Amino acid sequence: MSWLGVFSQLLEIVMALLLAPLLSGWINQWRAWLQNKSAPSVLQPYRMLHKLFNKESVLAEHASPLFRGAPYIVFGCMALASAIIPTLSTDLPLSPAADAIALVGLFAFARVFISLAAMDVGTSFGTLGARREMLIGFLAEPALLMVLFSASLISKSTSLTTIVETLAHRDLTIYPSLAFAGVAFIIVSLAENARVPVDNPATHLELTMIHEALILEYSGRHLALLEWGASLKLFAYSCIGLALFLPWGIAEAQAPLALLLAMPVLILKLAIGGALLAVLETVSAKMRIFRVPEFLATAFLLAVIGMLVHILVRG
Amino acid sequence: MLISGFSLDCERLPAPLPIWRATVRAETWAVVARGVSAQAGRLVALWASDRTRGASGGFAVSAAYALREGLLWLDLPLAERAPTYPDLVPIFPGAGRMQRAAADLLGVRAEGFADRRPWLDHGTWPEQYLPLRRDGAEKAAAALREATDYAFVRVEGDGVHEIPVGPIHAGIIEPGHFRFSVVGEKVLRLEQRLGYKHKGIEQRFTELPPREAYRLAGRVSGDSTVAYAWAYCMALESVASCELGERAGLLRALLLERERVANHLGDLGALGNDAAFAFGLAQFSRLREDWLRLSKEAFGHRLMMDCIVPGGVAADIDSTSVDRLLRQCDAVEREVRALRQIYDEHSGLQDRFMTTGRVLPELAARLGLTGLAGRASGQAADLRCDLPWAPYDQLAVKIATQRTGDVAARVAVRFDEVFESLRLMRVILSRLGEDGGKSGGETRTELRLPAKTAFAAGWVEGWRGEVFVGLEWDGEQGANRIRRCHCHDPSWQNWPLLEHAVIGNIVPDFPLINKSFNLSYAGHDL
Repeated sequence: MSWLGVFSQLLEIVMALLLAPLLSGWINQWRAWLQNKSAPSVLQPYRMLHKLFNKESVLAEHASPLFRGAPYIVFGCMALASAIIPTLSTDLPLSPAADAIALVGLFAFARVFISLAAMDVGTSFGTLGARREMLIGFLAEPALLMVLFSASLISKSTSLTTIVETLAHRDLTIYPSLAFAGVAFIIVSLAENARVPVDNPATHLELTMIHEALILEYSGRHLALLEWGASLKLFAYSCIGLALFLPWGIAEAQAPLALLLAMPVLILKLAIGGALLAVLETVSAKMRIFRVPEFLATAFLLAVIGMLVHILVRG
Repeated sequence: MLISGFSLDCERLPAPLPIWRATVRAETWAVVARGVSAQAGRLVALWASDRTRGASGGFAVSAAYALREGLLWLDLPLAERAPTYPDLVPIFPGAGRMQRAAADLLGVRAEGFADRRPWLDHGTWPEQYLPLRRDGAEKAAAALREATDYAFVRVEGDGVHEIPVGPIHAGIIEPGHFRFSVVGEKVLRLEQRLGYKHKGIEQRFTELPPREAYRLAGRVSGDSTVAYAWAYCMALESVASCELGERAGLLRALLLERERVANHLGDLGALGNDAAFAFGLAQFSRLREDWLRLSKEAFGHRLMMDCIVPGGVAADIDSTSVDRLLRQCDAVEREVRALRQIYDEHSGLQDRFMTTGRVLPELAARLGLTGLAGRASGQAADLRCDLPWAPYDQLAVKIATQRTGDVAARVAVRFDEVFESLRLMRVILSRLGEDGGKSGGETRTELRLPAKTAFAAGWVEGWRGEVFVGLEWDGEQGANRIRRCHCHDPSWQNWPLLEHAVIGNIVPDFPLINKSFNLSYAGHDL
C-alpha cells in the first residue's frame, strides 16, 4: 500500500460522494431539455439534500430500529461500492477486500435492508414496493454477475482492478463477448437504478412506483441519505460500465501523474453517458411490470451468450 | 309515445332536442323501464325532488331515458309518508348509485334495492338531515357526526389483500377513495367510494335567481363548464320558450368543440405520461396551453366559463378572432397528426395501451357505458349525430367509434374526435366570418320567464358524454324561482364500469386505465 494509493482511494470516495448528485442533476437537466422544458439547475439535487438534512425526520409510530437503521446501511453500502470500483485509479488499497462478486453482494445487501424497512412500517405501498423491488432484484443480480464474469474471463480474475488493468492495456481489438455483455449491462443498470422503461424516477404516482414506494415513509435526513444513496448507486453503476467497457484514462499504480488526467476524463465520460441515458429515457415508455422479467431475462441471456462467445472465439 | 308496445301519454317540451315528459304510476314505472331497455334505450339520469308545496304535492322520483326518438323524462309522484318506488337496478344496473344518492338527499328509497349503504353522506351529516327536503335548511344547523366506516365488499381467499388508495392522492387530482383487492399485482376487485366533493350544488340552485344560476351550472365540473352552461341555458330557454339566434347557436357550438379539443389534448398528453412517456405530455401540454390562451383572448376566459348565458352568448367574436381561431385549428391539426403517428408507432406505448382496461361491447351495453368511453366500446351514441340540434343539424357530425374497448381504443376515439371537432370548428368559423362577421343576427335575446310551473330539460354532448340538466320552474304567485335543478354527469354511469375495466389487470396499470376514462369527481358528487 503506497501513500499514493491511500490518496487515490480517498480522492475516489470524496469524488463519488460529491459528484453523484451532480450526475443525477445533469441527467434531470437533459431529460427536461429533451422535453422542451426549461431545466432545473444542475445543482438542484444538492439543494434537495441540503433541505432534507435540515428537516425533521418523522417516523411511523411502530417503526422498528431496522427502519431507522436502513438508510445508513444503504448509504454505507453505496459509498463502499463506489470506493471499490476503480474509477480514477487501479491502485486502490480497498480493492483486494472486495471483488466483483462482493460488489454484487453489496448491492444485494442494501436491497434486502431497504425492502425489509419498507415492509417494517406495514403500509400497503411499502409492501407493494418491496415486492416489486424483489421481483426486479432477483433477476437483475444474476444478470449483473454474468456480465462481470464475461469481463473476468478475459482477465482471468474477478478482482475489479485486475479486470480494468487488463482491459485498459489491450490493443484496440474487439472482444465480441464484451459487446454482448455491454448491452446486458445497460439493461441491468436501467432496472437496478429505477430508470425508464422499468421504473419512473420522476413520478410519485402511488400505484406504479417501485423505488419511490420503498422510500415513501422516509423523511428528513433519512430520506436525504436514501436519495444520496440512490445517486451514488447510479454513479457506481455508471463507473462500473465505464471501467469495464471504456477503461481508457484510468490511472494505474505505475503512473501517479495519470491521476491528474483521470478526473477530467471520467467527468467527460459521465457527462456523455448521462446525456445518453436521458435520451434513452425520453424515447421509451415504461413497460408493464410483468414485462420486466422478460427484459431482464434478455440481459441474462445476452451475458451468457457473451461468455459462450468468449469461449468459442478462444477455442 | 309507444315504447315496446306500451303506449305512454307524453307531453313534448319546447326544446331544441326532442324531449318528452310523462307522469306515471308505480305499476308503470318498471314497465316503461323494461320497455326502454328492450329497445336498447339508455338510462340518462335518475333523481328525486320534493314538491310538497308545489302544485302536485309530495315527493317525486324522476328518470330520464334516451331513446332513438329523443329523451323521455318520466315522473313518478310518491306518497309523502313512505316515499318508495320500484327498484330499477335489475333493468339498469347503473341506477344503483343514483338511487343511493336520492336516498341520501331526499330519503326516498327504491323498494327491494339491497344496497342500503349511504353514498354521498359519509355518515357526517346531522341526524335526520335530508338536504333537498323543504325542511332541510332547518336541520342543517345541527351538529356534524363522526364519519362512519364504509362496508366495502371483502374478497376472501389465499393471499388476497387490500390496497386502500386516496381520497388524498400523490398528485394534485380530485379526491376519491379506491379500495383494491389484489393477489400479488392482479386486481380481483376494485370498489370506489365517492362523495368527498359533495358541496350541495343542487340545494344552492334553488337559492339563486334563475338568470344567474348559469354561473353555478358552469361550475359543476370545471372541465365541462361549457357543456353544463349550455345544458342549463337550454333548459331555462325552454322554460321561457325562447328561440336561439343562429349566430348564438354557432358560437355555442364553437365553444363546446373548443372545450372538447382542450380536454382531449390534455388527456392524450396525460395518458402518455402515465406510461412514463413524458415527451407526449410535454408536447400535448404545449398545444393545450396555446389553445387555452387563445380562448382567453377570444372569449375572455381560458376554460370559457360564463361565456354561454341564458338567451345566447356573453360576447360575439370579431373577424380578427375568427381568423386567428381558424389558423390555430390548422396548426393544431398538423401537430396532432404528427403526434398521433408517434403514439401509434411507439411500440412501448402501444404495448401499455392495448388490451389494458378492457370493457367489451356486450358488457358496455349491459351496464350502460356512455359517452366517450362508451364509443370506445362499440356504443355508438353521440347526441351531435343521433339527435342533432341547431347548429349541429347543419354540420353532419361524424361519430368516432372503436370496438376493442381498451385504453388504446379510448385514445383512438380521442384522436378521431379531435380531428372531427377541428373540422366542425372550421365550418363554424367560416360561417361566423361571412359578411365580415355580422351574419346570423343577434347573439343574445332576453328571456321572459312564465308565471306558471314548468318542466324543462337541457341535454348536450359534452366531451365526456351527455350532460343532462333537469329543471323544475316555479313561477306561480310571483315565486319565480328554481324549484329543483338536477345536473347529471355521464361519470355517474361510467364510474361503475371503471370498476369492471380493471378486473384482471395489474395494479400499476390502474392509473392508465383511470386516466383513459378520466371521469369527474366534482360532477358526480355535486
